[in-house]
Amino acid sequence: MFRLAAYNCKTVPVFSRYGSGRFGSTLTFVEATKDGKVTPSSLSALNASSLLGNDITALIVGSNAPSAVNSLKELDCPQLKTIMVAKNAAFDNYLPENLTPLCANLLKQSGYSHFVAAASAVGKNLLPRVGAMCDIQPINDVVQIKDKKTFVRPVYAGNVLLTVEDSQEKKIISIRSSSFPAAATGANSASVEDIPEFEASNIDVKWEGANLLQSERPELGSAKRIVSGGRGLKNKETFEKLITPLADACNAAIGATRAAVDAGFCDNSLQIGQTGKVVAPELYIGLGVSGAIQHMAGMKDSKVIVAINKDPEAPIFQYADFGMVGDLNEIVPELTEKLQKV
Amino acid sequence: MSKALRILVPIKRVIDPQIRPRINAAATAVQKTGVQFSVNPFDDIAVEEAVRIREAKKVAVESIHAVSIGPAKSQDSLITALAKGADSATLVDAKDKELEPLAVSKILQKIVEKQKSNLVIMGKQATDDDSNNTGQMLAGLLGWPQATNAAKVEIDEANMRAKVTREVDGGEEVVSAALPLVVTTDLRLNTPRYVTLPNKMKAKKKPMEKTTIEAFTDIDLEPRLKVLRAEEPPARPAGVKVGSVDELVAKLKEVKAI
Repeated sequence: MFRLAAYNCKTVPVFSRYGSGRFGSTLTFVEATKDGKVTPSSLSALNASSLLGNDITALIVGSNAPSAVNSLKELDCPQLKTIMVAKNAAFDNYLPENLTPLCANLLKQSGYSHFVAAASAVGKNLLPRVGAMCDIQPINDVVQIKDKKTFVRPVYAGNVLLTVEDSQEKKIISIRSSSFPAAATGANSASVEDIPEFEASNIDVKWEGANLLQSERPELGSAKRIVSGGRGLKNKETFEKLITPLADACNAAIGATRAAVDAGFCDNSLQIGQTGKVVAPELYIGLGVSGAIQHMAGMKDSKVIVAINKDPEAPIFQYADFGMVGDLNEIVPELTEKLQKV
Repeated sequence: MSKALRILVPIKRVIDPQIRPRINAAATAVQKTGVQFSVNPFDDIAVEEAVRIREAKKVAVESIHAVSIGPAKSQDSLITALAKGADSATLVDAKDKELEPLAVSKILQKIVEKQKSNLVIMGKQATDDDSNNTGQMLAGLLGWPQATNAAKVEIDEANMRAKVTREVDGGEEVVSAALPLVVTTDLRLNTPRYVTLPNKMKAKKKPMEKTTIEAFTDIDLEPRLKVLRAEEPPARPAGVKVGSVDELVAKLKEVKAI
């Protein structure tokens, strides 16, 4: 029974002061990096939140939350009225078992009409659990906000767009960050409030460690340019030999198809697609990428798509703005050299 | 507490992920008649993982029970799971009703309780509605820990704990948790085996309990979200093929992509 106790909504007085208002208000979950910066996907979540037309309360958690306050205050986001800070090591690493009681309590006890987070690995892990605790069906991976209760989301690997109406009293939404620009730098007049107390979870779960890809490159999810490799690159050596210099030449992030990841050409976290990252850069260059449905789901909203492939029948050519048929080993070094001069 | 693993594997029957879905005439949903269906690929990985855990720890696994909630034909998906090594199954016939993850997780909660499961292994998302919700919701309803997007699962049955490597943005992380636990599978967890014909014949003799969603009278199964419209995303204008790198660079400059 002790497990249930973690979710019992004993009133914590500090919560009740926030989020009232007859036009609704939005609670936005904000992720911060270890060095206290708001993540690009959360900047998009804040921007999406402002499209709802409500006052926004940003919730930031963890040991580094106070340092993220500064980067939140430097955002051009006039609707951001309150920044709630739950500085507590229990929230580091964003374990949903620990975060859900906090979020569910805020949502249940306050006047928030909307709870928004980015559909990042953290958001996807957390939001449904909060939904279950509040008996709310979330709307996942929203790409368009039509009004306060009407949203568009992709299904079937992005091959179908559903417009859904949500008449639940409170709405839980995860947003696809590539569909909303990041909140711009500027200033706002948000006040900062601490959440001094919360009910800890009794669930026995522990964060043991992480193995994250160290890279100086732009982050894949928010990069303006992406060079992506597929099975056509044959092996890890060719992948690195061809992709890395081209990505350097145009200051691009590196991405990959599932085939390339499975074959060990690069790290899993670089996978673009239905089950990997969804990106929408200004320029996507696919090298040896055939264009399977599952990969296209992750990149077909890119502004300009370039495909270089030796197979003229590859499905990616149906999507590519500019396609070139030929041998990657000849074309890519030449392209790299010519882009370096641009 | 006994140190036996009772694994539950929920399975969804979905339109084959290789097929491009067609939208119905009323533009409200995807056409489901005359279309190839298959087991959601992530659920196939979940079945495989359950069977592998048994193969690695024969004594520890007391049962593997598969469950599917959907149209009567979901029975085929369950037979596949039984052929791969599940012991028994439950089919919850939902007729033509579309259930949202919240309703599905509430039904699964009842089945977990009935089967006395202590480890649920399920797909991270279904390739039709792409929600990525049900595992997290089920864990929440049960008050259990969750390990989503699993790339590696290590069970320590002596201490009834699990260590799970999760795929996250930028790499991977490791969490450990006490059982009972909900694990959702990522693509790289394993490579599912094929079903052999003899195993498929044997599977038909394994116990399968059949019930309908009407049996779950205390669960609100009505959709919370109303689909106003289903449509194809706007098509991209046809592109051009270029003959040389110089031409490609010139085109990219022209559209200011570089």
